[in-house]
Amino acid sequence: MSSIEERVKKIVVEQLGVEEDQVTADASFVDDLGADSLDTVELVMALEEEFDCEIPDEEAENIQTLGQAVAYIEEHCEK
Amino acid sequence: MSQNKHQFSRIIGTGGYLPEKVLTNHDLEKMVDTSDAWIRERTGIEQRHIAAENQTTADLAEQAARQALNAASLTPEAIELIVVATTTPDKIFPSTACLLQQRLGNHGAPAFDVQAVCSGFIYALSVADQFIRTGAVNNALVVGAETLSRIIDWSDRNTCVLFGDGAGAVVLAASDEPGVINTHIHADGQYETLLHVPSGVSKKPVTDSLSERSMHMRGSEVFKVAVNTLSQVATETLEKNHIHPSDLDWLVPHQANKRIIDATGRKLKLKPEQVVVTVNKHANTSAASVPLALNEAVRDGRIQPGHLVLMEAFGGGFTWGSALVRM
Repeated sequence: MSSIEERVKKIVVEQLGVEEDQVTADASFVDDLGADSLDTVELVMALEEEFDCEIPDEEAENIQTLGQAVAYIEEHCEK
Repeated sequence: MSQNKHQFSRIIGTGGYLPEKVLTNHDLEKMVDTSDAWIRERTGIEQRHIAAENQTTADLAEQAARQALNAASLTPEAIELIVVATTTPDKIFPSTACLLQQRLGNHGAPAFDVQAVCSGFIYALSVADQFIRTGAVNNALVVGAETLSRIIDWSDRNTCVLFGDGAGAVVLAASDEPGVINTHIHADGQYETLLHVPSGVSKKPVTDSLSERSMHMRGSEVFKVAVNTLSQVATETLEKNHIHPSDLDWLVPHQANKRIIDATGRKLKLKPEQVVVTVNKHANTSAASVPLALNEAVRDGRIQPGHLVLMEAFGGGFTWGSALVRM
């Protein structure tokens, strides 16, 4: 079983079409990885599906990096 | 009026009409702070058709309706029911369906409008299908027609790039075999303000601001609910009919955004070649989008008699729905 970080990173790589080594904990999806507003929505939807958990819109706005995504999932969606 | 216990409705003709004037993304670059690349990447839209100043929803509806009647080899007098789906009627009243009826020279058939915004055509098709199934009528003209350009704030770059004008139509006739296998329609009014025009007839605008009389949309939120809801309604439809996605010949989705269409197609595990896409040329024509896409794929020979087609739509309300149809 891969770690939460590995699973999130895999989704970020797939959704944003970036290389794995670009996805550091602090790289901003929008500013550093070239995501647009719909990419971030699709990314959150993919995370919801992977971790079977709902991420409210107001929370989703604060998920802008891999580190933030992992922290949110560890706190709210860990299973 | 016939009373046949096992009566279905079948699509026996399709039609469509797009206004002559084309507005490209490059044209829009001169009107608002946007770019062709920005619009394409987020929506897949390249151009849209815009009704001429003196052209109304009923004008577009008439063209599409006549083409569908010709394809069905039916005269206007023979039509027993007229349902028009529109969010942009010519007048507060009479209904656009009655205006269309007058132009076609039909007298006496029931004629009314259905308002379910972008899901309007699926709603209208569902209504007409029920009328035929019960034996109340033997045929129906179902039209989706819109001049969305009239409720757009052309200085709002978030919405003005997304929409276009047009009309699509089908003629349904009673049949011993489906035809329309079934329809599923839904609504949830709790999402009122995510996609709406803030004022209307009874709720008057408070100020003179054009914004109050124009479309407002919270794009990201609508996108998310749309993708989830559309895949749910598609799955519901397939499960209810014991159909596997691979049994479908075509998906004819509401044409709002290429990325919503792609996401829905992926969730259903459909090949891109099975999905009819017109959003690049038409943009979002609301209630007209599904019948316009259907008509295009029928006329260019992609959709053939006997093909199994799933249509689905999602719109303001929110409203959403699907129709599973054997052509």
